[in-house]
Amino acid sequence: MTLDKSFLQYENRRYGMDHDRYEWSMLHQRKPVIWPGDAKVALLIVPALEWFPLDMSNKPFAPPGAMSTAYPDLRHYTLRDYGNRVGIFRLMRILQARGLKVTAAINAAVVVRYPALLDSVREAGWEVIGHGIDMDHLHHSQRDADDEDTLIRTALEHLEKATGQMPRGWLSPAKSQSWATLDLLQEHGIEYCCDWDNDDLPYDMKAGNGRLVSMPVSPDSDDFAILIKNHHTEASFAEQIIDQFECLHAEAQRSGSGRVMSIALRPWVIGQPYRIGALETVLDHILSRDSVWSATGSEILTSWQAQQPNARDMFGR
Amino acid sequence: MRDPGLYDYLPYDSRRPTITWPNGAPVAVWVAPNLEFYELAPPNNPHRASWGRPEPDVMGYAYRDYGNRVGFQRMFEAMQKFGIRGSASLNVAMCDHAPEVIEICAEAGWEFYSHGIYNTRFMLGMSEDQERELIQDSIDTILKHTGQRLDGWLSPALSYTERTLEIVAEMGLSYVCDLFHDDQPAPLNVPSGKLVSIPYSLEMNDVIAYNVNLLSPRRYGEVIRRQFDVLYRESVESGSGTVMCIPIHPYLVGRPHRIAAFEEALGYIAGHDDVWFATGREIAAHFVANSYDDFVAAGRAPGAVA
Repeated sequence: MTLDKSFLQYENRRYGMDHDRYEWSMLHQRKPVIWPGDAKVALLIVPALEWFPLDMSNKPFAPPGAMSTAYPDLRHYTLRDYGNRVGIFRLMRILQARGLKVTAAINAAVVVRYPALLDSVREAGWEVIGHGIDMDHLHHSQRDADDEDTLIRTALEHLEKATGQMPRGWLSPAKSQSWATLDLLQEHGIEYCCDWDNDDLPYDMKAGNGRLVSMPVSPDSDDFAILIKNHHTEASFAEQIIDQFECLHAEAQRSGSGRVMSIALRPWVIGQPYRIGALETVLDHILSRDSVWSATGSEILTSWQAQQPNARDMFGR
Repeated sequence: MRDPGLYDYLPYDSRRPTITWPNGAPVAVWVAPNLEFYELAPPNNPHRASWGRPEPDVMGYAYRDYGNRVGFQRMFEAMQKFGIRGSASLNVAMCDHAPEVIEICAEAGWEFYSHGIYNTRFMLGMSEDQERELIQDSIDTILKHTGQRLDGWLSPALSYTERTLEIVAEMGLSYVCDLFHDDQPAPLNVPSGKLVSIPYSLEMNDVIAYNVNLLSPRRYGEVIRRQFDVLYRESVESGSGTVMCIPIHPYLVGRPHRIAAFEEALGYIAGHDDVWFATGREIAAHFVANSYDDFVAAGRAPGAVA
C-alpha cells in the first residue's frame, strides 16, 4: 500500500509556524525583557494540587501519575492523595519559611473535597490558577466544545468561590488541550496559560476573540520527570535544577534580558520526607544569588505585558 | 527480506585495512545536531502515528518547538566555544519555517544533510516515486537555501522502505547515518552510486540517552567521555582511525538543566588537540578517497545456511 498523495503535500510549509496560534521567534533575538529591580531571573514556583479518582478512565491517555494497577488501585490513589494531606503542608512550610511567591494550579475536585486545604492556600497568599476538574477530565478534541466549555467554567467557578477571585491563569490537567481549549480559556477571561512548554519567556498567543499569554512552565525538569519518570536521585534533582538556574541566570547576565525559571512541583512527589530536602537545597542556592525575583504568574504577566510594544491591558485590569 | 544485505562482514581487528585520518588524528569526531520541525497536524501515515496523544499534542509539539525557539542558540554557543562545526541533520522544511536558524549554521561553516522534509513525514509505505520525490526535494531545498550539494542522509524519524538507501545512492548522495553496525565507516552494497555508512551512534544520541535510557545530564556527559576515551585508545593502539558521532537535539541538550553537562563533555573532547573535528561529508570523502577500495576488497559477504 502506498501513501496518499497528501503525504507529499505541504500546505503549511512557509515562513514561521505551521499554525497561527503564535508567531515564530527565537528567544535570543528578541528585545530584552527587564524584570522589576533589574532581576535576572523571575522565579515561578507552580505546585499542582491534583485529585486522581480511583476509577479514572485513563482516556484518551493516562496522565502522569494515573492509576496503573488493576482496579481498585488503592496504592496509587492514596499515594497521590498523600500530596493533598501531607506533602503540600511540608512544601508550604519550606516555601513560606523563605518568603517565596507561589502560584498553585488546583483541580476543582481538590477545592470541593478539601476546603481546609484551600483555607491554607488562601492564608499563604498564593495565587491560584485553574487546573481543570480533576486528573480524569482531560482536555482533548474527541470531546465536544460545549462539553469542554462546561469543564472550564465549572473549574473556574469553584476556584472563584473558594478564593473570592477569578483565576487569571490556567494549567490544563496533564497539559492536555483540544483545538478549542485556548479559545475557550480566553473567552472565560483567562489571561495566561502554562501548557505550552516551548520558551523561557512569556509570549503572545492568539485565542478566542483576542489573545492570551503563554507562560513557561516546564515539565521536562519538574519533580515528576526527574524523580519518578527518570528515576534520578534527590541529589541529581538538586543538581539539575541548580544547573537550570545558573544557565538562565548567566544568560540573562550576558544578554541583558531576563528569563523565567519555573519550578513545577507535585506535592505527592516532592513532598515525601526523603525528597523535600533536595528542594530546600535548590531554593537556598537560588536565594543565595543576587537578582532573583520571586513572582507569581500574574506578576510576571503584568511586568512582561507592560514591556510589549503594543502594551495594553486586554481585560481592562 | 530476511537480511538487508547492506554490507559485507569485516571484523574489527588486524584483518581490517587501516584508516589514516588527516594529521594522523586518532578519532574523527563529528557533532550532528538534528534540526527538526514537527507538524502540529500532519497527514496520518497508516504505519506510524505522529503523536503520542490525540492531536493537538500540545505537550509533545511544544517540547520540540523549544529546540528551535530557545535550545538551538544554547547548543550552538556551546559548540562555538570549542570551534566545533556541526553537521546539521536537517528536516529541510526548516529552511522555510526557520531560515534564521539555517543562516546561523551556514555562517559558522556547518554542513547540511537531509533528515527528510519534516520529522512527521515518515518514509514508511512510500512508493518508489514518492521516495524519489522526497529525496529530490531535499537536494533542491538544501541547494536553494544554503548553496550546498546534498551528500548525506538520515531518514526522517529513522523511517524507511526496503529501497530507501539504494535510491539515496542512485540519486548521488555519498553517505548515510542510518546504520549502527560499526565504529568506522563502511562501504555499502548498492546497485548504483557509491555509498558509505558513517557511524552516527544511537547510543550517543541524546533522545536515546535522555528519553529511552533516562540518563541524568551529568551521566550523559560521562557516557560521551567514556565513549571517546575508548575510541581514542583503540585507535592509538591499532594505528587505525575511529569515528565518534555525537547526535543531539536542541530541544534536549539545549534545555537549561542539560546544557552545562553537554558543554563540559565537548570541552573534554576538545581538550585533546589531535582530534579531527570533521563534518559527515569530510569523513565520507576522506574514507572514499583513501580506504574505500581496501575495505571493499577485505569484506566478505555473509554466508547463508542452505
